[in-house]
Amino acid sequence: MTAPRTLYDKIWDDHVVHTADDGTCLLYIDRHLVHEVTSPQAFEGLRMTGRTVRAPEKTIAVPDHNVPTTLDRANAATMTEDSRVQVEALDKNAKDFGINYYPVSDVRQGIVHIVGPEQGWTLPGMTVVCGDSHTATHGAFGALAHGIGTSEVEHVLATQTLIQRKGKNMKVEITGSLRPGVTAKDITLSVIGVTGTAGGTGYVIEYCGQAIRELSMEGRMTVCNMAIEGGARAGLIAPDETTYAYCMGRPHAPKGAAWEAAVAYWKTLFSDDGAKWDKVVTLKGEDIAPVVTWGTSPEDVLPITAVVPSPDDFTGGKVEAVKRSLEYMGLTPGQKLSDIKIDTVFIGSCTNGRIEDLRAAAAILKGKKKKDGIRAMVVPGSGLVRAQAEEEGLAQIFIDAGFEWRLAGCSMCLAMNPDQLSPGERCAATSNRNFEGRQGRGGRTHLLSPAMAAAAALTGHLTDVRELLVENA
Amino acid sequence: MEKFTKLTGIAAPMPLVNIDTDMIIPKQFLKTIKRSGLGVNLFDEMRFTQDGKEIPDFVLNQPAYRETQILIAGDNFGCGSSREHAPWALLDFGIRCVISTSFADIFFNNCFQNGILPIKLPQEAVDILMDDARKGANARITVDLEGQTVTTSDGQSFGFDVDAFRKHCLLNGLDDIGLSLEKVSAIDAFEAKAQALRPWV
Repeated sequence: MTAPRTLYDKIWDDHVVHTADDGTCLLYIDRHLVHEVTSPQAFEGLRMTGRTVRAPEKTIAVPDHNVPTTLDRANAATMTEDSRVQVEALDKNAKDFGINYYPVSDVRQGIVHIVGPEQGWTLPGMTVVCGDSHTATHGAFGALAHGIGTSEVEHVLATQTLIQRKGKNMKVEITGSLRPGVTAKDITLSVIGVTGTAGGTGYVIEYCGQAIRELSMEGRMTVCNMAIEGGARAGLIAPDETTYAYCMGRPHAPKGAAWEAAVAYWKTLFSDDGAKWDKVVTLKGEDIAPVVTWGTSPEDVLPITAVVPSPDDFTGGKVEAVKRSLEYMGLTPGQKLSDIKIDTVFIGSCTNGRIEDLRAAAAILKGKKKKDGIRAMVVPGSGLVRAQAEEEGLAQIFIDAGFEWRLAGCSMCLAMNPDQLSPGERCAATSNRNFEGRQGRGGRTHLLSPAMAAAAALTGHLTDVRELLVENA
Repeated sequence: MEKFTKLTGIAAPMPLVNIDTDMIIPKQFLKTIKRSGLGVNLFDEMRFTQDGKEIPDFVLNQPAYRETQILIAGDNFGCGSSREHAPWALLDFGIRCVISTSFADIFFNNCFQNGILPIKLPQEAVDILMDDARKGANARITVDLEGQTVTTSDGQSFGFDVDAFRKHCLLNGLDDIGLSLEKVSAIDAFEAKAQALRPWV
C-alpha cells in the first residue's frame, strides 16, 4: 500500500515523465494557455531554432491583456501601434503553429483564465500552465495550474513538458460558513493577510473546509486566483459534484463513456487521511469580514470596519515599506477605512470577472445610481459572460446605475490597454494587485469584492456592504 | 544564454521589501515582442519622473551605482507577475546577480533562464552585504558560482545553496529545451501511457 498522499502529490505523480538523480523532474503539461504579452519571444525562439509546437491540440491562445474594451474596438485605431503588433503576432503565431485560437472578433474571446474553464479546456487532475501568474485560477478544478515565464512557455511549446522540482504541501482550511456579505474574495484576501505575500513561497496550497465546499466554481476560482498573491505558485481545491456539474457539457469536456471514465478518475483526486502537510493555516469562516486593502501589497488587508494602521504597528523591513505605502496611497494612520473617498470603481479581471461576480454587484446596484462624479466600469471576463449578463438583465442594471458596460479583456487590472488610472486617482477594484503603479502611474488601488465595489460606487467611499444588505432586506 | 562563472562587480543596495515585478518593469514596457532593450526602462517609475527626468535619489541613478552588476535587495524580491521582462530588464541593464533573503518562485526560475544568478542568504548575511553595498563603487562584491560563495569588499565570505541542475546550466550556458528534447522518447512513452489511462485529456 502506498503512503497517504495529498491531492498535489497525486496530480504530480501522474505527470512525471522523468526524474533525474538530483530530483529534478520533467513534468507533462496537459493544457498550455497562451496570451499575446508573454508569448511572442517564445514563438520567435521556436522559429530561430527550427522547432515546432509538440501538441498544438493541447495549446489554446487568446488575446486579452492589450485589447481595448471599448465598444469601438473593431476599429484598429483604438489600439496603440505596439499593442496592435502584439495582438497581430498572436494571430499569426496561432495560425502558423496550428493552435486553438479565440481572436478578438470571436464572442468566446476573453481573459485567458476565464475562457479556459468556460470552454471546458480546464478539467480536474490536469496540469495547466500559462505565461501568467494568475494561472493559479484553474486550481479551482483540482488541476495543478501555475504561471511560467516566457522561456518556459517556449519549453512547453517545444516539449509539452516543464522542468520542475516538487513544491511543499500547505493546507488552508476555512471551517464553518461565511456570514452574509462575505465572499470568496474576502476569504482569499484574509488568507493573504494571515500568511503574508511570501507565506506560500515554495508551497502548493490546497484550500479545503466547509466554507470552500460551499463556494460555487466561480468563487473557488476567485480563491485560487490569488494563491500567487500569497506567494504560492498554485492553489488547489479537490473536485466534487459542484466541479463535475460545472464541467459537464462544456465544449471541450468529455462526453458519454469518456465522461463516465473521467468522473471515476476525478473521484480519486482528494488528499488522503494522514497525508503529510508541511504547513497548515486554519481560519473560521464566521470570523471573516468583508475586507479591503489599504497599502500597496495584497497582504495590506483589513476588515472594512478597521482603521488605517501606523508604520509603528509593524517590524523589520515592513516599517519602511508601510511608510512608503501610506505616502503613496495618501492615507493617514488612524483614518477609518470606511471614510476613504474613491474616484473610480473597476469591476472585472480574472479574479472577479465571472457571471457570479456580476450578479453580486448588480444585486447591490439594482434600482440605484452611482454617486455623482464617480467613474465606474464593468468589464466582463469573456464575451460569453457579457452575453449571459445581458440575457439576465444585469447589464441594464449596471447601465442604469451609471456604469460603463464594456467588452471583455484584462482592462484596468493591469492597465496595459487604455483603461488606466491617473496619478492620485483612487480606485475600488475587484482585481488582484494593488502594487504601486499597477493600474496606472500614481494610481491608488483598494482591492475588494464585487459587492463591496458596488457599495463603494453608490456611496463614493469604501463602504461596509453589510449596511446596504440590511437596507435592501 | 551567457555563462555565469565568477563575477566581481558593483553591488547596489535596495533594502525595500516586496519589490514587485511592476516596480522592476512597469506594464507599458511589456508591449515589446523582443527580449532586448528593456534596460533603459528598468525600475522606470522609481528611476524617472513622469516626464522622463532622472530621480537623483534613486540608487541606480547615483554616480557610484551606474555600473551596478549585483543587487542586494529586501525580502520577497520579484513578487507579482510571471513577466520574464523583469529579468530581461535586469540583464539588459547589466545586472547578473540578485541577493536577498527570499524571492518569489516564478521570478527566481526566470532568472536562471537568462543567465542571472539569484542567491538566497540568511538575514544577517544580507545585512552585511547591504552595508557593504552602501559603501558605493569601491565596494565590489565577488560572486563565485563554482565555489558557491559571495565575498564582500573586505574579504568576508558567505556560502550559498544552489540547485545542482541550475548550477550546471548556468556554468555552461546550457539551453533547457535542448536538454529536455534529449528525453523525447520518455515523453513519447508518457503520452502513450497517459492516452490509455486518461483518454479524455
